[in-house]
Amino acid sequence: MSIASSLLLTLPEVILSASAIALMLVAAFAGDSATRFVNGAAVAALVAAFFALGGEGVAFDGLYSADAFANFTKPLIYLAAGVSILLSTRFFASEDKLRAEYAVLILLATVGMGMMVSATNLLTLYVGLELQSLAGYVLASFMRKDQRSAEAGLKYFVLGALASGILLYGISLLYGFSGTTDYHGVAMALADGVNMGELFGIVFVLSGLSFKIAAVPFHMWTPDVYEGAPTPVTAYFGSAPKVAAVALLVRVTIEAMGSAVSSWQQILIFTSLASIVLGAVGAIGQSNIKRLLAYSSINNVGFVLVGLAAGTEAGVSATMTYMVIYVLMTLGTFACVLQMRSADGHHVEDIASLAGLSRRQPALAAAIAIFMFSLAGIPPLLGFWAKFVVFDAAVAAGLMPLAVIGIAASTIGAFYYLKIVKIMYFDEPAEAYHPVGSYVESGVIALTALAVSPLGYLAIPMLGAASAVAAKALF
Amino acid sequence: MIQAFAFYLFAAVVILSGALTVLSRNPVHSVLWLILAFFNAAGLMVLVGAEFIAMLLVIVYVGAVAVLFLFVVMMLDIDFAELRSGFVRYGFFGLLIALVLAGELIVAGGAWSAGSLELSQRAAPASGDLQNIEAMGALIYSKYLYIFEAAGLVLLVAMIGAIVLTHRERKDVRPQNISDQVKRRPEDAVRNVDQPVGQGVEL
Repeated sequence: MSIASSLLLTLPEVILSASAIALMLVAAFAGDSATRFVNGAAVAALVAAFFALGGEGVAFDGLYSADAFANFTKPLIYLAAGVSILLSTRFFASEDKLRAEYAVLILLATVGMGMMVSATNLLTLYVGLELQSLAGYVLASFMRKDQRSAEAGLKYFVLGALASGILLYGISLLYGFSGTTDYHGVAMALADGVNMGELFGIVFVLSGLSFKIAAVPFHMWTPDVYEGAPTPVTAYFGSAPKVAAVALLVRVTIEAMGSAVSSWQQILIFTSLASIVLGAVGAIGQSNIKRLLAYSSINNVGFVLVGLAAGTEAGVSATMTYMVIYVLMTLGTFACVLQMRSADGHHVEDIASLAGLSRRQPALAAAIAIFMFSLAGIPPLLGFWAKFVVFDAAVAAGLMPLAVIGIAASTIGAFYYLKIVKIMYFDEPAEAYHPVGSYVESGVIALTALAVSPLGYLAIPMLGAASAVAAKALF
Repeated sequence: MIQAFAFYLFAAVVILSGALTVLSRNPVHSVLWLILAFFNAAGLMVLVGAEFIAMLLVIVYVGAVAVLFLFVVMMLDIDFAELRSGFVRYGFFGLLIALVLAGELIVAGGAWSAGSLELSQRAAPASGDLQNIEAMGALIYSKYLYIFEAAGLVLLVAMIGAIVLTHRERKDVRPQNISDQVKRRPEDAVRNVDQPVGQGVEL
């Protein structure tokens, strides 16, 4: 396969990297006054990359694969990245930290996420993951004068580097014992029995990736980083990199380790259950909304892994459906969190400040209530469907106990989601918020709220078919 | 024969200088021992036919050690005048180490021209008569081009990140603004005043 046709298949990544470099130059010459233009242009680049998707084939000698799975996941990543850019403008402007590098870093991270999703070689996986993570470390400490933001960046960096080391060690073991870094080669080597070295490789790779998706027992960084990072960055962390890392995990487990399901299934079952329970219990005592959402994301990753632990085509399809719905809920919730500003325009993160929101800003309160009910998985909302499909897949794969414990633990999670609704609707009103930020933000809230409302069920046949096609590409 | 001799020589010196790196009281001496350890490790790599890694060790690690040296000098309070004294006392010892290094170079050259060690379990066999630097270059710039370019992007992100996190606009310095200077016209800067005699100029 020639270089030209390979480049054509990687066109979305080429577009994104070229525009990131071009926008970097704009930022360097025009300074931070060009931030609004850079943000707009970055979103345009994401849209262009979306339209460049659709090619199918293997590029660069099997390092990169453009297939239905990648074409399903990448639009979701681009959407989340674009929304995180749109949400950032007003936030950083009000904090007086408007900087053009934000959008550039997100674009470069998106290139890395595209590589992760399309990786069919452990080397591509690692380099893509590092590209995404490195940009993430910088974004977490983007407001470097803010002590919490700097702390978040440092913690994320140190722990992330450790996880990358563990992952790399696992990759080197897999390479050493199978003699190749190619997914199919690894799968072939695993097919004739998993020896001790390969088993250690699998365990280390899964540990490293569990860190990246914030699954228990590698979740410790999540609450601190989510709390400390600037809110648009937290929205980004909760959506795009999570989709990419989950997609990466799906592809590695199915394509590279698919011939040794029994050796990783129990690991995933454990992390999934532990994440569901810890995420639910940990969130109960939180008084900071971003910390609470961090535990909520740990909890949700647990449900995602339920689908993957099934190890079947239906399980993968359920996992991807869950990610789509989860991203919509996350983006909407964080857009609402961005509206929590005290009268003088400063952002507040206290859950107590939401008290009586229904009487102050009924529309915002209704939106938050929709997201909370949906995250809790209460039936008329779309969040229920997400949980339903993963548990359905788990039961079909014979993992009845996993499904039962998962459903039981999800009722613990419902407690703190409903607590927020109770605070908004039944408590005495707290101090009024600053009026809603901008049309872009109210638009994001309205659209995502509509999408997860019962109206979203209209899209389910389409979503189910698309994720089934995506899952089929891996088997 | 010469390979085995070279192996034991290099391995012994690596271990010895590694131990002395840890045991030295003076950090500058530690760094010097570390450099010696790297050089000998590079010799070991030459013996197994990995010239590329040997060069990396010398260029990257010894180069990095120079930077480390700089840090040591900057951060610790070391009296260099005192260090430089006693040339006669240390001169002999220095000469000895230089001789050892020179001897090692000769041994390494001899061992390399006599062919590399035959390892019993070689993970990836070297391909025929291709030098491994050429083989690596051919792979990096063809088969792994995609990853190589992506690694470039990772470095770009690192650079942007370093600038984002450390660059600050200082208000107390006044950098040159060339376009302002070029745009400036005489009437902005020059004022004709009919100045009466005996009075001060008002600026």
